[in-house]
Amino acid sequence: MALPVAFFAVFFAYPVAAITARGLKSDGTWRFGRIWDVLAQPDIRHVLWFTTWQALASTALTLLIALPGAYVFARFDFRGKQVLRAVVTVPFVLPTVVVGTAFLALLGRGGLLDELWGVRLDTTVWAILLAHVFFNYAVVVRTVGGLWSQLDPRQEEAARMLGASRFAAWRRVTLPALGPAVAAAALMVFLFTFTSFGVVQILGGPTFSTLEVEIYRQTSEIFDLSTAAVLTLVQFAAVGAILAVHAWTVRRRETALRLVDAASTARRPRGAGQWALLAAVLATIAVLLVLPLAVLVERSLDAPGLGYYRALTSDEGGLFLVPPIDAVGNSLRYALAATAVALVIGGLAAAALTRRDAGRLVRGFDALLMLPLGVSAVTVGFGFLIALDEPPLDLRSSWILVPLAQALVGVPFVVRTMLPVLRAVDGRLREAAAVLGASPWRVWREVDLPMVRRALLIAAGFAFAVSLGEFGATVFIARPDNPTLPVAVARLLGRAGELNYGQAMALSTILMVVCAVALLALERLRIGLRSDRTGEF
Amino acid sequence: MLKLDGATVRFGGRAVLDAVGLDVAEHEIVCVLGPSGSGKSTLLRAVAGLQPLDGGRVFLDGRDLDGVPAHKRGVGLMFQDHQLFPQRDVAGNVTFGLRMHGEPKQRRAARVEELLTLVGLPDAHGRAVSSLSGGEQQRVALARALAPRPRLLMLDEPLGQLDRSLRERLVAELRELFGALGTTVLAVTHDQGEAFALADRVVVMRDGRIAQSGTPLEVWQRPADAFVARFLGFENVSAATVTGEAADTPWGKVPVPAGSRQGEVTLLVRPAGVRLVPAGQGLACTVAARTFRGTHVAVRLQPEGAPRLEAACALRDAPETGEEVGVAFDAAEIVVLGGGAAA
Repeated sequence: MALPVAFFAVFFAYPVAAITARGLKSDGTWRFGRIWDVLAQPDIRHVLWFTTWQALASTALTLLIALPGAYVFARFDFRGKQVLRAVVTVPFVLPTVVVGTAFLALLGRGGLLDELWGVRLDTTVWAILLAHVFFNYAVVVRTVGGLWSQLDPRQEEAARMLGASRFAAWRRVTLPALGPAVAAAALMVFLFTFTSFGVVQILGGPTFSTLEVEIYRQTSEIFDLSTAAVLTLVQFAAVGAILAVHAWTVRRRETALRLVDAASTARRPRGAGQWALLAAVLATIAVLLVLPLAVLVERSLDAPGLGYYRALTSDEGGLFLVPPIDAVGNSLRYALAATAVALVIGGLAAAALTRRDAGRLVRGFDALLMLPLGVSAVTVGFGFLIALDEPPLDLRSSWILVPLAQALVGVPFVVRTMLPVLRAVDGRLREAAAVLGASPWRVWREVDLPMVRRALLIAAGFAFAVSLGEFGATVFIARPDNPTLPVAVARLLGRAGELNYGQAMALSTILMVVCAVALLALERLRIGLRSDRTGEF
Repeated sequence: MLKLDGATVRFGGRAVLDAVGLDVAEHEIVCVLGPSGSGKSTLLRAVAGLQPLDGGRVFLDGRDLDGVPAHKRGVGLMFQDHQLFPQRDVAGNVTFGLRMHGEPKQRRAARVEELLTLVGLPDAHGRAVSSLSGGEQQRVALARALAPRPRLLMLDEPLGQLDRSLRERLVAELRELFGALGTTVLAVTHDQGEAFALADRVVVMRDGRIAQSGTPLEVWQRPADAFVARFLGFENVSAATVTGEAADTPWGKVPVPAGSRQGEVTLLVRPAGVRLVPAGQGLACTVAARTFRGTHVAVRLQPEGAPRLEAACALRDAPETGEEVGVAFDAAEIVVLGGGAAA
């Protein structure tokens, strides 16, 4: 417990405090009145209103579209499922900037739909909403589907035998069991869309602006740090309130679930209805998730002889001190380090939160852990830059700075993924181990760890992917001679010219491939583990 | 060797264990018997260190266990539904406690071998826990609990989920096994048959208190009160006024053994003490129901204006439902509850 707390104190609370002080404090005195001054501005109020309703709409739309997908992935067995699972997850790890650009290429001026039917959505809010669904589809499928696949189908069968219709059985038995996972997923989606940055920046144009975009604008364009700080505090408060409500609902609904091996719950679809559902989900994935990526790849190849890719290996553009291709190695190194840190910190925190005798203080930490997700990544990066650049903590020139920021964003994923499964482990198994002489630490290692290995791997995958795609914080602290992939993409996109645009497309295609490979390896690892355990039985 | 002194556990103000005092001697098999909710599982958890006490003390071999965590108490606990580790095979489960106690690898293998043979599953090492039948799981759980040689072995509803014939066979096996190993055992169950077959001494619990403690024979013959009697399955329990060698009951005058406690008492009439006589004699009753019990027939009789009576009849003497019969009472099968003056 002490380690996660210290980690968050130094790398989260301290930088945020630093930036807040810099924003709100002038000439050595606090000026809290500024909060009301800022909030009174009509355009700021408009931003707040838009931020909230687009997040709600995005969350509802994502749940609507992704829950059938979660069901299909949890309960159906079909050819290519593993690959498809990875495909679904890839969008989530793409830098927001790239997603925005891919949707622009699909829905915007001169985009695919424009070319085919003259349809343009980039001036409407639908482009933003669809991009958010694109992004968060995996959150729902992974979080809800992961638990769903481990729920014992016989629970529903028992309800059917008691006279419940198929739907009633699902609603009364499965849905309540899924409740915490659905709530967790919805919360994540809401937070991501509430703090959406890159997507809104590109697709929103001048009409639509979220809090995050506004903070960035105030910080980097208007250099009005105190307004940015006030907006950060507002976002902080809103996110804190949401998290508190969420922690409360989760605690109320916490139940020990009967978990079974996921391999035993999936069946081949039966009957026209189930095949139709599978087909519908596959079609949704194809149109919503694959098509934008396909357009992205197509644009990256839109030069003779892989011209855009070859341009990546030269440093003649002068945009970077190194060839853009070096960003691949940087990103992988940073992401590995960030994953390790996130797993250690998140794992310890999740274990501490699972203890039955966890007090209020510890449980409050649960909500605190989610804060880095809610507070803007821009703020984290900027806070890092201004807080950790002087003794005793001068990390500005250290390579560890980037992984630390990325881990900060990754930890909540680790905790969120591990906690539902850890909490569902039957407490008496731990007691059985204790009575047999296992100390609390060994109980965790011998009982919890083997049971949550799946969740741990998923968490690792998420942390890795998030680190690879992290942009908002990294953009502030990555050194010019060591750019990460998303940072390099963003810089290329920021430059005019067809070659830069094409290179950005090529580089994001590479990022996409790296993520896909990492996730596929993860899926393999999971299958290997499972057959290893059950072996010849 | 195990001693509980005023052990108290409260859940939200309600005492689940209410100042329980209990002694278990070396090599003794004590069975705590009680309905669900009587606090018997909590008793085991308190001894195991899984449930902190709100009052009182637990001593093992004279050592106060206060503040000693579960994994350092050196007691074994077999859980109600076994709680085998699903991700380990049979050998992995049995060897778990040995690993926790730092036993060297070779000794562990030998011990697993020995234990699996002991519980009658010599070839089960590599089997997955999920492939075991209920009885096999129970045996593995037993082997796992015995492996670290606990000073005290506790069993929570050890045979609860098994079918009847298996249960009867296993209970005999368990008793034999514990006798041979000299294990000190504290078991809890809601099944009196199991308790009587397994235990040297039976402790009946009610609402967190000990209602009676004694050998199976003592408890069976002289239940301490109406609760114990009814829990043991006796239904002919009633308030009565004893004068001399007769008692005034709702069923009329009933003879009681010589030397019974006088005055207001609770009376138990065993089914065997309810004798059927031709209609017109004794207490007039109608046969309300009859249940075949293998060796005898349990007949439920409805007297006029009095509680029902249960009688045990030989097969061929059992009357049909609806028949009118008379009832006479046999003093030898009638007990004044609450430790009357009688020897």
